[in-house]
Amino acid sequence: MKDILQELEDRRGMARLGGGQKRIDAQHSKGKLTARERIELLLDEGSFEEFDMFVAHRCTDFGMENQRPAGDGVVTGWGTINGRMVYVFSQDFTVLGGSVSATHAQKICKIMDMAVENGAPVIGLNDSGGARIQEGVDSLAGYGEVFKRNIQASGVVPQISVIMGPCAGGAVYSPAMTDFIFMVKDSSYMFVTGPDVVKTVTNEVVTAEELGGASTHTKKSSVADGAFENEVEALSEVRRLVDFLPLNNRDKAPVRPFFDEPGRVEASLDTLVPDNPNTPYDMKELITKLADEGDFYEIQEEFAKNIITGFVRLEGQTVGVVANQPMVLAGCLDIDSARKAARFVRFCDAFEIPLLTLIDVPGFLPGKSQEYDGIIKHGAKLLFAYGEATVPKVTVITRKAYGGAYVVMSSKHLRGDFNYAWPTAEIAVMGAKGATEIIHRADLGDSDKIAQHTADYEDRFANPFVAAERGFVDEVIQPRSTRKRVARAFASLRNKKAQNPWKKHDNIPL
Amino acid sequence: MFDKILIANRGEIACRVIKTARKMGIKTVAIYSDADRNALHVEMADEAVHIGPPPANQSYIVIDKVMEAIKATGAQAVHPGYGFLSENPKFAQSLAAANVTFIGPPVGAIESMGDKITSKKIAQEAGVSTVPGYMGLIEDADEAVKISQQIGYPVMIKASAGGGGKGMRIAWSDEEAREGFQSSKNEAANSFGDDRIFIEKFVTQPRHIEIQVLADAHGNCIYLNERECSIQRRNQKVVEEAPSPFLDESTRKAMGEQSCALAKAVGYASAGTVEFIVDGDRNFYFLEMNTRLQVEHPVTELITGVDLVEQMIRVANGEPLSITQDDVKINGWAIENRLYAEDPYRNFLPSIGRLTRYRPPAEEATETAVVRNDTGVFEGGEISMYYDPMIAKLCTWAPTRADAIEEMRIALDRFELEGIGHNLPFLAAVMDHPKFTSGDITTAFIAEEYPDGFQGVELNEAELRRIAASAAAMNRVAEIRRTKISGRMDNHERRVGDNWVVSLQGEKFAVSVAADANGSTVTFEDGASLRVEGDWTPGMMLADMTVDGAPLVMKVGKITGGFRIRNRGADLKVHVRSPRQSELALHMIEKLPPDTSKMLLCPMPGLIVKVDVEVGQEVQEGQALCTVEAMKMENILRAERKGVVSKINAAAGDSLAVDDIIMEFE
Repeated sequence: MKDILQELEDRRGMARLGGGQKRIDAQHSKGKLTARERIELLLDEGSFEEFDMFVAHRCTDFGMENQRPAGDGVVTGWGTINGRMVYVFSQDFTVLGGSVSATHAQKICKIMDMAVENGAPVIGLNDSGGARIQEGVDSLAGYGEVFKRNIQASGVVPQISVIMGPCAGGAVYSPAMTDFIFMVKDSSYMFVTGPDVVKTVTNEVVTAEELGGASTHTKKSSVADGAFENEVEALSEVRRLVDFLPLNNRDKAPVRPFFDEPGRVEASLDTLVPDNPNTPYDMKELITKLADEGDFYEIQEEFAKNIITGFVRLEGQTVGVVANQPMVLAGCLDIDSARKAARFVRFCDAFEIPLLTLIDVPGFLPGKSQEYDGIIKHGAKLLFAYGEATVPKVTVITRKAYGGAYVVMSSKHLRGDFNYAWPTAEIAVMGAKGATEIIHRADLGDSDKIAQHTADYEDRFANPFVAAERGFVDEVIQPRSTRKRVARAFASLRNKKAQNPWKKHDNIPL
Repeated sequence: MFDKILIANRGEIACRVIKTARKMGIKTVAIYSDADRNALHVEMADEAVHIGPPPANQSYIVIDKVMEAIKATGAQAVHPGYGFLSENPKFAQSLAAANVTFIGPPVGAIESMGDKITSKKIAQEAGVSTVPGYMGLIEDADEAVKISQQIGYPVMIKASAGGGGKGMRIAWSDEEAREGFQSSKNEAANSFGDDRIFIEKFVTQPRHIEIQVLADAHGNCIYLNERECSIQRRNQKVVEEAPSPFLDESTRKAMGEQSCALAKAVGYASAGTVEFIVDGDRNFYFLEMNTRLQVEHPVTELITGVDLVEQMIRVANGEPLSITQDDVKINGWAIENRLYAEDPYRNFLPSIGRLTRYRPPAEEATETAVVRNDTGVFEGGEISMYYDPMIAKLCTWAPTRADAIEEMRIALDRFELEGIGHNLPFLAAVMDHPKFTSGDITTAFIAEEYPDGFQGVELNEAELRRIAASAAAMNRVAEIRRTKISGRMDNHERRVGDNWVVSLQGEKFAVSVAADANGSTVTFEDGASLRVEGDWTPGMMLADMTVDGAPLVMKVGKITGGFRIRNRGADLKVHVRSPRQSELALHMIEKLPPDTSKMLLCPMPGLIVKVDVEVGQEVQEGQALCTVEAMKMENILRAERKGVVSKINAAAGDSLAVDDIIMEFE
């Protein structure tokens, strides 16, 4: 009996060593951890339960039969993050370069199926050289199976990808279909075709980092939602994100004890909006002053900075925030910001996370490049996302809410539950100057008259009261008491039930 | 007594005057420019009058506008504060003509003390010690040596037309005087085309010490002891204290009496300040007289118990002084730290913008400690480009100098100020500097002790341990809270461990935290333990803790895996990790910040107006590289050394943030 127990331990020991000490050392020397070390950092200490430790591939071509490491290059299982269950797979670059075989894929599929059945998030730690070429089409089939499950699980359980090494070719499409992608700066990259192919096909010389590094994907392509300095920080931040997310789409957004007064008054917000309507201010100040304990988890911080997306807590419960940022492009909506916000709104709606929208939007960005690239359809994504969202929706207009952008941004007309405005709000079809030049075209030559007309228009519309008279704004509130008003609004919406008509699925303008 | 006075000033001094006026039952009128519409002094005053656009030369110092405001409100007297119109004889005359009382000295005193040469002459005549020197023309080197001998070495040989150190020599002997005279003369001729030279006593180990005087219109004059203001940066006072750690009673008396003699000589009637330069042997020499309330007057108030603003108002009202010289005592020690909106890490570059957070320490006054904060700003207010960058004057008082300094350290730790760059860390560093704490200071203190600017503070191991212990205890609170989230798996909750590794300032401490109802006992690897108590909860930006009973006040921010902690001028990233996390973190590669020596960084948020160079171009030291417009001023950025431009990242019209890379060099 003892021998049998010992054999188990020996086999486990072998499996845990992955590709051997030499490869582990090589991994470490690059500032990278092993698959198992990463899981240790991701999960609560001692909570990991592994599946399929002894799975080995079945390939017999190209001498592969002599090389059958236990686990087959991926570690899978479940564990807890602050006591809440998550499923995890972690590719092991030290074992056959973390390449994906049929059995490797099967292991991932197993935990994904369990995650959907048991209603817990899936976190993938990606570090793989790609398809296992020796296996040929079996490997591709494996990818296909994983892709299918990404799609099936989408909107059922949160899926988070952390790119911690190479992720190239078809492999990128699994993370691409998850809810969030995070990267590690300087040690991870993602691309469909690598620098070598790029050079062969287009003669373009580009490094892997330039083509698909963390900076590229957080700032330019928006493929990644965030990037972190190193693996330890990345995994720590993923734990922090999971604390904001429900476990599945039937769960409510999580609540945790909070150390902040829901009625906290912030007198300084009274002066947040500058006297000059064209002077920018930092909307993040409002977000952090509204949030419990000033804690804000920003998503896509580096991309389309004219709109801010991320998570806060109010009275301990997660709330998704979408906010125009007057500091960048005056906070206008354009293709990038509309896409970024639309995806975020749909994530929140899919997972029952209430939405707080903070508005200071002068309109859509005009111009040829925007029109040529399809601002009409991209802008419609955000409109569509807000319109279909059935989660509690609370909105605060701090300053400008002009034109179509006013309607798009979670307006009353799109089923906004609470639409508040600060006294500094201006809700109008457009700015006073532009409006005057159209209404009083005949007086265009007379600057005195135009100035008078502009002042008249400002008096009439550069305020929240016309909208309030019509009930499009539910209440004009003091900036200083915004946290209290917003927190109470969400509290009153905790049992909100709203539905969309039955449909197979909608047809959002993709 | 007046019913209503107008304060012809803004900011903290306007607020300061309003406070006393209110105490005396006098109504107050504030004036404000467009930039000060929401300012604190406007809010505090009973009435406020708008007087024009933001620049002071279109508002606060336009005599006609102030006169109109006086007329419109019926104010009977005007307190000018400091700066602006406070030492402008024309203003005082205009007031007199309008039959409005000037809360300050008579016009004649302002005029005679306003001129450097006249004031020195009057001072000499009044028996005030002045810097010995020879103002006449010096013929040749022999005469220069003779004069130098008469004055006594060391002497300073200066070009009459001089400036910026050119044509200036210090001589400690006859040979040096001879040599210095010749080279100064040559240099002066070359630099200024004017080779006139004069010689005066060179004051070694100079300290700036000033005497507060108070005189009435009935011929009474007293001195309220001295203030030491040696801690200056480019002639801008930063730290002041009263009394001076350097003066003895006889010097104090001599300085005080000479100051009163000067005040009497000019018929002074109000509060005034006589500034002296004092050398290492306690020889003191008159510099100038400020015929107004000084910025640093609170330290005098704190040690004498006299409200100087009240005295000024009473004197202006014609009352005789109610205190005599014998009533003036030195009670304890007071220190003032001036908080400036200047970024010490960027060579004290002025910083403007919104005060997103402004929470000064609570003002308090007990038998053993006083904290006083004179300010004109508020959270959510704006530091504008138009005026002095001073945010507040933080003062502490205690029975002894050491205690007053300690009170100041804690008050600085407690001062929350965000949104702009400010000199809080620098002030904290000065309060901990051994030369300051020992009182061994001169006006060259900052230039000598921080020759390459300020790079922050390194804490010693004992201080690091106190912070590490607190961070471990605080982290435990935060981690336990995280385990209380909804949706947990019953019976499989996370247990938060007792052992942690805290890393900060390149040091690592393995600790074990044993928490109880009142706090935590944190034990280090070497067996030493610290008792941490305090009611910090997650999200609090100020941790008011005690470590082994001694206060530790920290500004706390969140970073990944730990805290940003600011304390005593240090700005630390503090990571608190489990032993396993700490072990694995060893594999992480330390990423060195990019080498910025070959880059041109944007020194302030601004707009690129013009780029003057191209990629591949060789540039010489001092050559203009580009122009950045910030705070409505065009700043030309120049090459620090010779080099070749390898990359340009910005073009005209781009708006850049601080530290954005404008261009790189090969």
